[in-house]
Amino acid sequence: MRKCSLTALDALFAKMAESAALYLPVDGDDGRAHYAQWQEGLHLSDALNTVRSAKDFFFPQTENLMAFKVNGKTIEIIDTRTEADDFIVFGVRACDVRSFDILDTVFLAEPADSYYANRRAHGVIISLACTRPAETCFCSTFGIDASTPAGDVVCWKTDDALYMEAKTEKGSALMAALADLTEECDTDAVKAQQATTKERMAKLPLADLTADKFGGGKTMEFFSDPAWATLSEACLGCGTCTFVCPTCQCYDIKDFDTGHGVTRLRCWDSCMYSDFTKMAHGNPRLTQVERFRQRFMHKLVYYPENNGGVFGCVGCGRCLTRCPISMNIVKVMKNLGGDAK
Amino acid sequence: MIDMKEPLIPVLGVVTDIRTDTPDVKTFRVVTPDGKKPFKHMPGQCAMLSMPGIGEALFSITSSPTNTEFMEFSIKKCGCVTEWLHHMEVGQQITIRGPYGNAFPVDTAFAGRDLLFIAGGIGLAPLRSVINYVRHYRDRYGKVDIVYGSRSKGDLVDYKEIVDEWCKDAGINVYLTIDREQPDWDGHVGFVPNYVKELGFDTNKTAVLCGPPIMIKFTLAGLQELGFDKTQVYTTLELRMKCALGKCGRCNVGAKYVCKDGPVFRCDELDTLPDEY
Repeated sequence: MRKCSLTALDALFAKMAESAALYLPVDGDDGRAHYAQWQEGLHLSDALNTVRSAKDFFFPQTENLMAFKVNGKTIEIIDTRTEADDFIVFGVRACDVRSFDILDTVFLAEPADSYYANRRAHGVIISLACTRPAETCFCSTFGIDASTPAGDVVCWKTDDALYMEAKTEKGSALMAALADLTEECDTDAVKAQQATTKERMAKLPLADLTADKFGGGKTMEFFSDPAWATLSEACLGCGTCTFVCPTCQCYDIKDFDTGHGVTRLRCWDSCMYSDFTKMAHGNPRLTQVERFRQRFMHKLVYYPENNGGVFGCVGCGRCLTRCPISMNIVKVMKNLGGDAK
Repeated sequence: MIDMKEPLIPVLGVVTDIRTDTPDVKTFRVVTPDGKKPFKHMPGQCAMLSMPGIGEALFSITSSPTNTEFMEFSIKKCGCVTEWLHHMEVGQQITIRGPYGNAFPVDTAFAGRDLLFIAGGIGLAPLRSVINYVRHYRDRYGKVDIVYGSRSKGDLVDYKEIVDEWCKDAGINVYLTIDREQPDWDGHVGFVPNYVKELGFDTNKTAVLCGPPIMIKFTLAGLQELGFDKTQVYTTLELRMKCALGKCGRCNVGAKYVCKDGPVFRCDELDTLPDEY
C-alpha cells in the first residue's frame, strides 16, 4: 500500500492528468456532485456519491454508432468508430464499481459491443472507499463492502492522506507512474477506517434488508403478486430511476437525418416508458403496472437467473433519493411476497 | 486495440425483386451489391433490415437456407419501416444484418417426423423457410400437412407457390381456408383453429404454429383437444427489438430474450414465461 498526503492531492491529480483525461466528482453549482474532467483549480467533492452514476463513461447517454450517405437508390455505410483515448475515473464508489461488472455481462457477452468494449479497455477505475454511507445506502444487501471497493486502484481517504492500492495490471501501471508522489506505508489507518465504516454500515436503516427471497427461477412466484398494482399506482413513468441507475442499460437506436447524411444514434431508453415495447400491431405491456413490474423483476429475478444468482441492483440508493413519488426498489423488495413490513 | 467486429453495423443489400403477394404483403428479394446471398441462416432465423433515416426492424427470413442465391422477406405493411419498404422500387439498396435467433430444430427434433404446419396470415412468412427446407430434404421427414388460412383468398401469402409447387409435391397435403365466403373460392371457409380440429390429425407428429397471437392461442388449445402435448408443438414469437443481440432489453420476457433465446420456442417452454408476448 502507498499513500499521498492530502496536501499533495492536486499534484497527484496533475500527474495522472498528464497521461490520460482524468475525471472525478466535483461539486457543481447546484450543490451536488457530478463527474468533471480535472483541471487546475477543481477539487474532489466530499459528497458521498454523484447524482448520475459512472455508467456514462462506458455507456454514454447518447452516442453515434455509425453514419450513412443516401444518394438515390444507393447507400454508403460509414464506420465512424475510432479507438478511444485513455482515461481515468477517480473516486468511484463500491456500488458503482460493481455496476461495471453487471454492465460487462450485457455488453461484453458475445457478440460483444465494440463501442462499450473500446471505452472499457481504455478506462482505468480508481475507486474510493466510503466513510459515511447514507441512510439510502444498501449495497451490503448485495454483498458489496463499501469500505473495500474493487477497481484497478482502490483508495481510502483519511483526514490527512490518500491511501492507494493497485488491484490490477492497469492499476499497477498507473501506480508506478505515481511512485514519486506516493510513499510505501502500513495499513493501520486503512484498517481503522474500514472498521469504523463497517460499524456505521451496520447501524444504517437498511442494514437488515435482504434479497434472499428473490433470485432466478422465481418468475411465476412474484410475477402475479397483487402488490404490483398498489406499488406502481402512483408511478409517473418518468424514467428517472432508470436514468440515475448504474445498472439500467436498455437502449434505443434511432436514425437522425441531418440533411447532409444520416446518423444512427444510440440513446438510453427506459422500460418504464409506454412506447418501449410498442409495436405496429400493439403493446405487450399496456399499463404502467406491467412496465413497473418489468424493471424490478429484471433486477431481482430475470438478471440473477441468467447470471449465476447475482442481482441487477447494487444498492447505491439513487432511485430512493430521486424518485418524484418516493417509490423505489427497497419498497418493492419489502412489499412483494406477502410479508410487508 | 478494439475488436473491429461490430454486430450493430450492417452490410449493404440490394432489392432485386419485389412481388406483391396481397394488398398489404410484399415479398422482397435481397442480395449483396455483388449479387450474393447476404449470409447463411437456418429456418426460423431473422434479420435486421433498415433504410437509413427511416429505421431498422427485425424480419423473419422467409426463403429457405437451401436457396443459396438470395434471401427473401415477406413483409406486411403495418408501421413506419414496412410502409417505406412497400414504397421502394427494385434496385434500391437497404442495409441488412444477421442472422439472429435460434432456428426450428429441423435437423434434430423434426428429423424423421411427420410434420404439421399451421399458419395464419403473414404467419406463413417464417414457416415458408422451414416448409421449403423440408421439401428440399424430403427424404429426411415423414408426411407433411400444411394448414394455412387468411382473411380472404387475396390475403393468402405465397398463393402461387402454394398452388403451383407445394400442392403438387408427393406426401404433402395442403389445406387452405379463408375466413368468409367469396365468389371465386370453392375451398374451405372458416377459422384456422376450427379447421384444424375438423381435420382431426393423428397425434404422432410434430406441429409448427405461426400466426396472430389469438390464432396461436386457439389453435394450440385445439391441438391439445386432439391429444397433442405442448412438447410436440413449436411456435415463433416476435417482439419489438433494437439490437437483436440480447442487449437493448426490449424483447425481454421473463429471463428470456426473444432475439437470442427465441424466436422459436416449444410451447411447453412458453409456460415458464410470463404472458407478455
